[in-house]
Parts: sequence; structure tokens; C-alpha cells
Amino acid sequence: MAKLSAKPVAGSIAGAAVQLATGDITAVALVEGIYSRYEEVDDEVKGYLQINKEKALVAAAESDARRAAGNTLSAYDGVPIAIKDNISVDGETCGCASKLLEGYTATYDATVVQKLKAQGFIPMGRTNMDEFAMGSSTENSAYQQTRNPANTDHVPGGSSGGSAAVVAAGEAIAALGSDTGGSIRQPAGFCGVVGLKPTYGRVSRFGLVAFASSLDQIGPVTHTVEDAAILLDMIAGKDQLDSTSIPDVECNLAASLKGADVKGMKVGLPKEFFEIDVLNDEVKAKVEAVRDQLEAAGAELVEVSLPNLEYAVSVYYVIATAEASSNLSRFDGIRYGARVEKTKDVKDIYYLTREAGFGDEVKRRIILGTYVLSSGYYDAYYLRAQKARTLIRQDFEAAFEQCDVILGPIAPAPAFKLGEISDPLQMYLSDIYTISVNLAGNCAISVPAGETESGLPVGVQFIGDSLQEEKILKAAQFVEQQQAQQGD
Amino acid sequence: MSESDIQVAHIAKLARLQLTPEEEAEFQTEIEAILSYVDKLQNLNVDGVEPTAHATQITNVIRDDVSGKTQDREKTLANAPDVADEVLLKVPAVLGGAH
Repeated sequence: MAKLSAKPVAGSIAGAAVQLATGDITAVALVEGIYSRYEEVDDEVKGYLQINKEKALVAAAESDARRAAGNTLSAYDGVPIAIKDNISVDGETCGCASKLLEGYTATYDATVVQKLKAQGFIPMGRTNMDEFAMGSSTENSAYQQTRNPANTDHVPGGSSGGSAAVVAAGEAIAALGSDTGGSIRQPAGFCGVVGLKPTYGRVSRFGLVAFASSLDQIGPVTHTVEDAAILLDMIAGKDQLDSTSIPDVECNLAASLKGADVKGMKVGLPKEFFEIDVLNDEVKAKVEAVRDQLEAAGAELVEVSLPNLEYAVSVYYVIATAEASSNLSRFDGIRYGARVEKTKDVKDIYYLTREAGFGDEVKRRIILGTYVLSSGYYDAYYLRAQKARTLIRQDFEAAFEQCDVILGPIAPAPAFKLGEISDPLQMYLSDIYTISVNLAGNCAISVPAGETESGLPVGVQFIGDSLQEEKILKAAQFVEQQQAQQGD
Repeated sequence: MSESDIQVAHIAKLARLQLTPEEEAEFQTEIEAILSYVDKLQNLNVDGVEPTAHATQITNVIRDDVSGKTQDREKTLANAPDVADEVLLKVPAVLGGAH
């Protein structure tokens, strides 16, 4: 094993902004710094599928020229950012870590990328992921196995495992990921960085390759809570190209964090979270320690209940696979990606291209999703799951009448070893703490809360009601401050 | 009562997936196990509960009916495995297998 966790050049987005402003660093030096760390560790971490140094250097030189001329696009002009391989950047590959999309080049910028570029951020590198974002360990990538920088014998989590790993290893100042059932929060927790899943609809999904459209959301993976707020401020907002994006919402989260505390904050503790029999003792102890610190700082603890939590995994794996089977029907070898040639007719192209291009987990989910939508089973599975989804949403609504944020674990246990979980159902069950948030459409954040005896990071999760990112960020910032004090 | 009597080979065909016999057998076992877990949903009382398709309650989002810029055709077609006349996606025979 190796431990490769590190702070990146300039430490954080906020740190880079300060150093750029004072002239202590240039955008070119930031890109060089990220690249040299990449060269140093990525053979082992394998977090990036691709990194284009030359292109980033050109953008950085342009940024430095703007700054010299006093025309910066924002305080963050010149900060490089890593992008998950399912988010489109014009002219770059966007393969979702799948053989099926081998050779595909995005022809436009995702709305989030367009917004980041408009502020001067430099997209630099495609991060590894579970194929089409289906998985909890990044072991389903068709290309390479990303390792956890905190201990390279362990998985980084998934599906945004590449994003979390490159941030944790100091090979990126920050990254974008996507979260359909925990795919930002769980890898952030496993790798010891911050990961935020915004409220459904807060961030445009345009340019994100769809997995389960009613659950997918793009969000930041960062070194600090403040950086998560900064990035969310940048990427949030109504987009005409995503009809599910929420109109008329202000986003000034980074400013709201300054000097914030948790006094008077009502912190909900769902009793069901702590009754799950696979909950690891060390993880539980970290959550309890955070709970006690919150109480000592003047937060009010409230017991709440999420009675339908036990159904969440079932509901999720019906709805998410149903949507996936529909979304992934577009990968047919006709319009993009790899095609199996020498077929006798067009139907053969579909069959053979999909067989050759998709990995096992994707096939499994397409089959499951097709089944739950098929005639005769629709009512028993898909419709029933949608009704159960309503109950899960109502559980959260009731809970948030009693509290401001909900505190809980991210996953039942810290990062497991590579290859340790091979049974798909067992892998699904490890998503129990994250998926109900996507089903309800709420926001949630994962923040580091220490390490296990053996040195694996443990994150805790704060869940907020729809559009209550400010509250979860404040709670997370408090945990970050407590950790920093303990480290001193 | 278990609702699941999945025939993976049949469903794979519906989903246009050509599985190997090994995959078929493996998926049959794995997906049966997943479905028997998911079947706990059958115990939940959902009488009178409205289904949720989307977490936000936004409906009928309509844009102004004005033309605008769409994707660049040349760039888009550059991703296609086969193109005819520089403007069309090319595929083999759609009806039957004869050439």
C-alpha cells in the first residue's frame, strides 16, 4: 500500500484566487504544478483517463495575459479543474469510461463547463469513473482501476472515484463529479475530501451523459467546504437547455459561510440510520463525535425518523435501472462511438455493438431496467417504486419540519479493498445512506471527519431540504473547523 | 409472493443485447437475487399514494418559439461510425439481411 494524499498547489480554489491576485503564482504555474503532481502519482492513483497539459497551458497563458491587462473574468480566472468523464467539454473525449464511447469527442460544452469557462476556470483532465456512472467503487471502469490515495489497496469509491482520488492526491485543485445515488458523496468520503450533491434541479444537467435523469445531478468535489460553495455558486442556475432546472434561485453560498456558526441549528438524527446492522463501529463513532461537537457548540439535537429507509435501495434500483435502460438505448452504434462492423443488417449492429461495448454492470442494469418496465411487471415494480418514492420524499418533508439538517454516515463502512465486494447486490446495499437523498431530490454534503485506526478517511453526511445548501454547508464548515483544530 | 420470474435471455433481446451463454447464466442468477431483495417492495402499502416521477414539481416548461443555434452538423457527424454524402448517417440494410 501507499499513502498519497496531499494538498494541491495553492491548496484550494480560494487559496489559488488569493495567490493569483497577489501575483505569488500564475495560471501557468498552477497548471504546471498540477501536471507535475500528476506525473508523480497518477501511475499509482490512476485517477485520470486523460490529461491535456498543452491545451491547459494555452488557456493558462491566456488567463495570465488577461490578468496582466486587468481583464480577469473572475477572481478564479486561471484555476484548473478536473472533469468527470461523463461531462462534456467541447473538443475533448467524453467516454463515460466505456468502450462503447471509445473515440467519441464532445461537440459542445456542458452548461456547467460553459459557466466555469466564463469565470476563467480551465478544464484540465478527464477523471475515471464507473462505466456510465454505474457503480460504487470505480471498479466498473472499462479502462483502469483508480486507487484510493489514502491507501492504494482500497477503492476510491464511486462512481466519481477518479474525481475524488485526483483531488485527494493533490493532482487537482478541485473536480466536478455527478451524483445519481451517492456518486459524489461516497467517493469524497472514502478519499477524505469534500463532495456536494446539489438539490435536484439546482444545476443544469445539459451536457451530462444521462444515467437516471430524475436522479442525476452534477456537483463539486473539493478540498474545502468553502471551495464547494464557490463552485456551486458558479455552476448553479436555471438553464433553458434543462427543463428540470429550477428557476429564480439566488446562489451566494460562499459569502454566506463567512463567520457562520451552528448555534441554534437543529440537527436531526434519524434513528433508522443507526439501526442498520452493517454500520461499522468506527464510522458510527465518528458520526457520534460530530454530533457531540455540534451539541457542544450550541446546536440542538433532534431525533427524527425516516420510516421507509429500508425500502430505499429497492426503490432506487428499480427507478434508476428503468431510467438507465431507456437512456442507454441511444447507444446503438449508429450515431456515435464504436460500432461492430461486418454485420448483416442494422439490428445486428445494435446487438453486437452493445454486447461488445457495454461492461457487465451496465448490461445487468439495462436488463433489470427493461424488465421492471416491461408489460406485466410495470405495475408491480416501476409504478410501485414510484409510489414508494413519494413515501420516502414525505419522510424527509416530515423530518425537515423538525430540523434544519440531518446528520448521518455516508456509507456503512470506510473504503473497502479492491475486489473485496464482487456480489452486485452487496454493492448496492452499501448505498443505503446516500440514495434516499437522490430519490427525494434533496441536497447533501460529505465532509471529512477523521480517520479509522488503520488510517482510512471517514466522512459524515449532512442532508438538507430542497434548496437548503446554505445550512448543510454551514454544518460541514463547522466539522472542517473542528477537524483543523484537532489536527493542530 | 415473489413477482419475479425473469427470463434474462428474453429481456436481453428486448433490450437489444446479445449475451453469451455464460453471461446469460450469470445474469440470470444475479438478477434473480437482486429481484428477490427488491421484492420487499411488495410488502409496502402504497394504496392511494401518488407516484413520483421527478423530485421537483416543475411542469410544462415551454421555451419561446424562436429559432436558434443548434449543434454543428459537421462536428456531430464526425463522431458517427459511418457517414454518406457528408450529411447522412450510414447504416446497413434496415429491412431484412439482403444486400
